[in-house]
Amino acid sequence: MLFVLFVVKKVRIVKPQSVLIELQPLFEKNAPKALANTQLRRNMGKATQTIRGKRAAVVDEMPDWEALREAGRAIKARTLRHLDSYLLQLEDSVTRAGGSVHWARDAAEANAIITRLVQQQAREVIKIKSLTTDEIKLNAALADAGITAIETDLAELIIQLAGEHSSHILVPAIHKNRAEIRELFMRTLGVAELSDEPTALAAVARTYLREKFLTTRVAISGANFAVAETGTVCVVESEGNGRMCLTLPDLLISVMGIEKVIPSFQDFEVMLQLLPRSSTGERMNPYTSLWRGVTPGDGPQEFHLVLLDNGRSDVLADTVGRQTLNCIRCSACLNICPIYERTGGHAYGSVYPGPIGAILTPQLVGVEHARSLPFASTLCGACYDVCPVKINIPEVLVHLRGEVVRQQQDTGGLRAALEPENLAMTALAKLFESRLAYEAAQQAGKLGQLPLKHDGHISWLPGLLGGWTAMRDLEAMPDETFREWWAKRKAEG
Amino acid sequence: MSAKDTILRRIHTALRDVPPAERPEDVRVARDYRLTDDAPRAEIVQQFAERVAEYKAAVRVVREADLVATIAAALRARGISRLVVPAGLPEAWLPPDITPLRDTPPLSHTQLDTSEGVITSCALGIAQTGTIVLDHGLGQGRRALSLLPDYHLCIVRAAQVIGLVPEAIGMLDEAAHAGRPLTFISGPSATSDIELNRVEGVHGPRTLEVIVIV
Ligand code: SF4
Repeated sequence: MLFVLFVVKKVRIVKPQSVLIELQPLFEKNAPKALANTQLRRNMGKATQTIRGKRAAVVDEMPDWEALREAGRAIKARTLRHLDSYLLQLEDSVTRAGGSVHWARDAAEANAIITRLVQQQAREVIKIKSLTTDEIKLNAALADAGITAIETDLAELIIQLAGEHSSHILVPAIHKNRAEIRELFMRTLGVAELSDEPTALAAVARTYLREKFLTTRVAISGANFAVAETGTVCVVESEGNGRMCLTLPDLLISVMGIEKVIPSFQDFEVMLQLLPRSSTGERMNPYTSLWRGVTPGDGPQEFHLVLLDNGRSDVLADTVGRQTLNCIRCSACLNICPIYERTGGHAYGSVYPGPIGAILTPQLVGVEHARSLPFASTLCGACYDVCPVKINIPEVLVHLRGEVVRQQQDTGGLRAALEPENLAMTALAKLFESRLAYEAAQQAGKLGQLPLKHDGHISWLPGLLGGWTAMRDLEAMPDETFREWWAKRKAEG
Repeated sequence: MSAKDTILRRIHTALRDVPPAERPEDVRVARDYRLTDDAPRAEIVQQFAERVAEYKAAVRVVREADLVATIAAALRARGISRLVVPAGLPEAWLPPDITPLRDTPPLSHTQLDTSEGVITSCALGIAQTGTIVLDHGLGQGRRALSLLPDYHLCIVRAAQVIGLVPEAIGMLDEAAHAGRPLTFISGPSATSDIELNRVEGVHGPRTLEVIVIV
């Protein structure tokens, strides 16, 4: 079974690269830079702690949380195992309600469809934050066609004005403090006087964007869910910019990954409970909009839904990796992840950061383009525990690590197979496959490293493994392993 | 081959492990989460009011006889005299001294933007989450009406308040099958994008007030 993904990967010539911010995202190169940035580390720490606490509170008040998670998982499993028929049903429902449905094999195709639709009507579009449009690099494609895309989420606007990339799925501008935002607004929006009070900063964004909402004729959104049975598309948000984009323009284009479809309207009773509590830690997010096709006299009178594959059907083909497509992008796994908390989202070099990024990105673009990502984890399992649709992230990580190792050996022949890193990875992959073996090895490691340890660091390793320590400062194994600490932390509640 | 055919074929190939005879219903979805809240009605309505208030929306619980006076007081406190009034809203709810802005013929976006506020009824209220749902039927108006004005006053009858999200979705099933747009509103618009401070009121109405008629 492990080989299904592998075989598919090898026959394919072109892989979608667009999920990666840079061509070769090297977690191990970016992470030290991120760790050195104290502002980022402080913000990330505060952010993840706050959201974690809020989530825990609203999840704990639900006596049926586990039943909801299980239902969420089952709904996605049902969807994915019958994805082709649900997509056809969705197309039919939307079309009958006056919408148009487009299919895009990859990012370039999706961008071409959207550009063509926009070009007929406008030079400027308003956008709702959407990871899917980040994934296909839509804004750049539109810019190439002379179309300006204006991001309307506050955080996205901040990032766009600063010309940066997002660092968190949910709170993309988490790495900027209010003084920096104030300075940015004064510089780019021509505001003469402005305090750094969050309310004042939000008011500036409101005024600037209100004019755009009232005058822009085309909007582009992602979609959180789309119901095959009724053709209902759903956008979940906080600020109201979503409602503006979905209501005021004449033309609305929504882009969704093919895995976002759900079978029935009833399934909302599960998803609309799981998503807000896991995501922002609220009982319900401020605004959720549902619509189908075109409603005469209300909202955009032209609606297009773009269904995007871009590597997803390959993820589907791997029976271990398939569950990755359950993801409802809540970001709970980011907020709980000890690695993410310390490095932030930029270190992953991918549109999808954190634990979900570590498993989704390599599968979308092929492990050969994102080799380090499956290793950006300690396999502590916290992400699995919080995932509202029960994606077993550690299981998929281990599976992908094996994939990386097998592929390196495969492409490099015998010599490569005998390289120390590959040998080590092979051994590691074996270890990670069994929790017991992994824990035993950690214990052995603690003893075995004693002769090499100086001031808590190992800067020299004997023999073939010397290549590793020449490039990195290996943190000595602490007296208490992460797993031990984590187990204790959990037990202490 | 068209993009659609290619994608469908890729999916078909990817799902080799799914037995051809399997139907979607064969993948069991156990709905053994809570489907109804059997707490007493009064408690459910009370919870609704409390949870709406937690989102920093002003909530008043009043008897039908006091409704108009309460609406008048709420509007007066904000100095509102020109109010957007959707078709189908009971005329008896309107205080005599306000100037209604009617949506027939449709108000322009600019008219809505410069209006002082909007009053609507709703389709239902969810106690568990403190949510108001609009199905944009009578008394609620098309979506822009409850979006562009900076002040939204929403009137909820106690009988419209249900306990749990699954009950709400069940009651909205007909509207969804009819293709009506639905808007779930839980408090005024908000963002946590600046150093994670929750700031109420970004793009939607910055003030949401709710009157529950018991
Ligand atoms: S993997 Fe699970 S926890 Fe992580 S973003 Fe996706 S749904 Fe949320």
